[in-house]
Amino acid sequence: MIREGIFRNPSGCAVSGVIDRSGKRMSGECMIRSIATMHDRSNGLGGGFAGYGIYPHYKDFYAFHLFFDSKMAKGAAEAFLGRHFEIAYSSEIQTHKLPSVTDEPMIWRYFCAPLPRKLADSHLDEREYVVRCVNRINVQIDGAYVFSSGKNMGIFKGVGFPEDIGRFYGLDEYEGYAWTCHGRYPTNTPGWWGGAHPFGLLDFSVVHNGEISSYDANRRYIEMFGYKCTLQTDTEVITYIVDYLVRKCGLTLKEVSHVIAASFWSTIADKPEEDREQETLLRRMFPSLLVTGPFSIILGYTGGLMALNDRLKLRSMVCAEKGDLAFIASEECAIRAIEPSPDTVYAPAGGEAVIYELYDRGGRA
Amino acid sequence: MELFVHGDYEVVRNPDLCIACRVCERQCANEVHWYDETAGKMKAYSDKCVNCHRCVCLCPTHALKIVKTDDTYKINANWNNATINEVYKQANSGGVLLSSMGNPKPYPVFWDKMLVNASQVTNPPIDPLREPMETKVWLGKRTVKIERDEKGRLKNTLAPQLELSVPVMFSAMSYGSISYNAHESLARAAEELGIYYNTGEGGLHKDFYKYGKNTIVQVASGRFGGFKGYLETAAAIEIKMGQGAKPGIGGHLPGAKINEDVSQTRMIPRGVDAISPAPHHDIYSIEDLRQLVYSLKEATEYKKPVIVKIAAVHNAAAIASGIARSGADIIAIDGFRGGTGAAPTRIRDNVGIPIELALASVDARLREEGIRDDVSIVVGGSIRSSADVVKAIALGADACYIGTAALLALGCPLCRSCHEGKCNWGIATQRPDLVKRLNPDIGYKRLVNLVTAWNHEIQEMMGGMGINSVEALRGNRLMLRGIGLTDTELSVLGIRYAGQSL
Repeated sequence: MIREGIFRNPSGCAVSGVIDRSGKRMSGECMIRSIATMHDRSNGLGGGFAGYGIYPHYKDFYAFHLFFDSKMAKGAAEAFLGRHFEIAYSSEIQTHKLPSVTDEPMIWRYFCAPLPRKLADSHLDEREYVVRCVNRINVQIDGAYVFSSGKNMGIFKGVGFPEDIGRFYGLDEYEGYAWTCHGRYPTNTPGWWGGAHPFGLLDFSVVHNGEISSYDANRRYIEMFGYKCTLQTDTEVITYIVDYLVRKCGLTLKEVSHVIAASFWSTIADKPEEDREQETLLRRMFPSLLVTGPFSIILGYTGGLMALNDRLKLRSMVCAEKGDLAFIASEECAIRAIEPSPDTVYAPAGGEAVIYELYDRGGRA
Repeated sequence: MELFVHGDYEVVRNPDLCIACRVCERQCANEVHWYDETAGKMKAYSDKCVNCHRCVCLCPTHALKIVKTDDTYKINANWNNATINEVYKQANSGGVLLSSMGNPKPYPVFWDKMLVNASQVTNPPIDPLREPMETKVWLGKRTVKIERDEKGRLKNTLAPQLELSVPVMFSAMSYGSISYNAHESLARAAEELGIYYNTGEGGLHKDFYKYGKNTIVQVASGRFGGFKGYLETAAAIEIKMGQGAKPGIGGHLPGAKINEDVSQTRMIPRGVDAISPAPHHDIYSIEDLRQLVYSLKEATEYKKPVIVKIAAVHNAAAIASGIARSGADIIAIDGFRGGTGAAPTRIRDNVGIPIELALASVDARLREEGIRDDVSIVVGGSIRSSADVVKAIALGADACYIGTAALLALGCPLCRSCHEGKCNWGIATQRPDLVKRLNPDIGYKRLVNLVTAWNHEIQEMMGGMGINSVEALRGNRLMLRGIGLTDTELSVLGIRYAGQSL
């Protein structure tokens, strides 16, 4: 099968996300209902979910989700994992056959911790070690693909309508404090499961709706720092940008939003001095990571969700709150489908980051 | 024996229109036109004509035109007229052939073999008349260490940068090679546009120190006009290692062009030839360059970016990589079609490579090595239009230098005779009677018009691509497609062929 990454693959989409800031866990059922409302924004060529807080019993282990095209690929990937990680538990991910979901690969899950001696010898920070191992599997082992690699979180995705993918994985049986989901409308896809979204790297997951015009400028820049954009999708490059700015440069998410969806110079000029100085500095430091063209993304990470639109708001995105719950979706209907009477409904401006975090991480109601 | 060599052009005068007002005669520094009193009419020595169109433009009755001569030797595809004439001229004089301005030979122009993308359906084009469309760029190093103050705010750890309102600057043209009025026009236009002009290697005339914040001063192998005040006045300092029109050789300003003012500005005796050596005699290797970069930074207390300008040559990528590690903030690359006030014809027409290819390979190499952020890239030689600027930026340039286009805006007809010092348009001359023909009040306006017009066009093309900041266009090679290119050319340019989808 032609894997994605042989060509660039833009797509239109639907996104939705929910978080319970008190940390109370909910099943994935709500997300399935939410994304199903936006059925027409997908075309059956990709759907997926990310759940946070779903593996409390293995929360100290990296949860790897892998697709295998063949037993050989599985053997090779497991041998690789065995050489680099202690595997606490592994099993096939349970799925429910549906007539509308076909051609699924073998789907396995591994809870792993880096082998201490290997890690020490690598002179790498633990997370960097994991990232490099994931990249090696994805690039070097033909037919094996790691599509989720964070702690106490997991991505579930495939080719089909998102609500079908959710039922296929039985997400109503998982419970997490935050969920995001994605329905895909690609204009160019071979129907490869790895190409569905969310795209994840460690505990970052990104769902995105749009087609960015800055793609190659962003890609060629971020590849200088060891990332390899193998899928050639917007979501992939945005994830790498966030990872680079947060994990490697130490920026806050608010600062990240001022880099990738920077305010116009004319807007910055009208801001109070301190903001003006900081935002100018960020634009001057990372001009090649400015993302232009339409996008609405939900970034999932341990303890929170961030919603962000492109600077002109060329894609719809709505936020809402109800008590401890906070919602983000492409369309308001996707929120009202699971919460008919939210306390507040709010359409963030272009480039305005909306961050919802667990109270114990400093999140506010 | 001196063989007569027929001029390339002939003056054609319509006798029905000519009123023998003798304007053409007064305007022509080449002394082509003369009044035959016995015949009572104007005549012309066509052999002296450089086809600068001054007389054509100023003739009040439009009685004049210049045509390519149809005088010819026996037709020969190998030995064409120009080639034969050049042999005769050299046999006559024993000298090196001199030329001016850029390489006119029919080499491929890769700008014209690249096409720009536009948005349709899946993402929207953006209308620059209705939405902000940013063309501002900062040039310089962008490598930073993230440091925070006690309040957690980011500290400004950036090296000094240049702020440009449009990604276009006026490239180096020295006072001496061009006139006082041309320099004044460039300086005032740069100030009004929020960009920079470049002194070239001729020092900075004392009258122009007031434009310092829009001035890049050049330090070249002759070190003419350089002293502490010169460096301190400028916004940035450019070390000129080479020039696209004449890679591998120095410069030569004939003594005839060195009048009192030029002599003072260059700090050299009046009437004596000003010769810049081919190499900097303190730079025989890359580690020497590093020393000069840091000497200049020390002298200016690390407050100004340092640019290193090289000619586009075969090994440009590796050279640029060395420069990026030498402490330079900006690399300027000058393509082999770049202009000059004087260059040996053989050098101009045969040495160096096209800027498009040099830029593509330099940008790719710096990225492969992970040092693209250590330097900005400015390209010139030759950028002819806003479309060239857009394509250059999409290939990976941060900004463009324009020289020839700027002179055209001032009225230069591209007659390629600058080295003769008799520019009828007051641009490439020091003769006071000619210099005064260029009015800087008008000249600077025309430069402002040109760059403003280009900026509008850049914004239109960016908007069409759905890009609203020039930063998102830089290095965005997916926005380009090749047409009429070989596989090798496509791979050097790092672009796909027209019709190849994403």
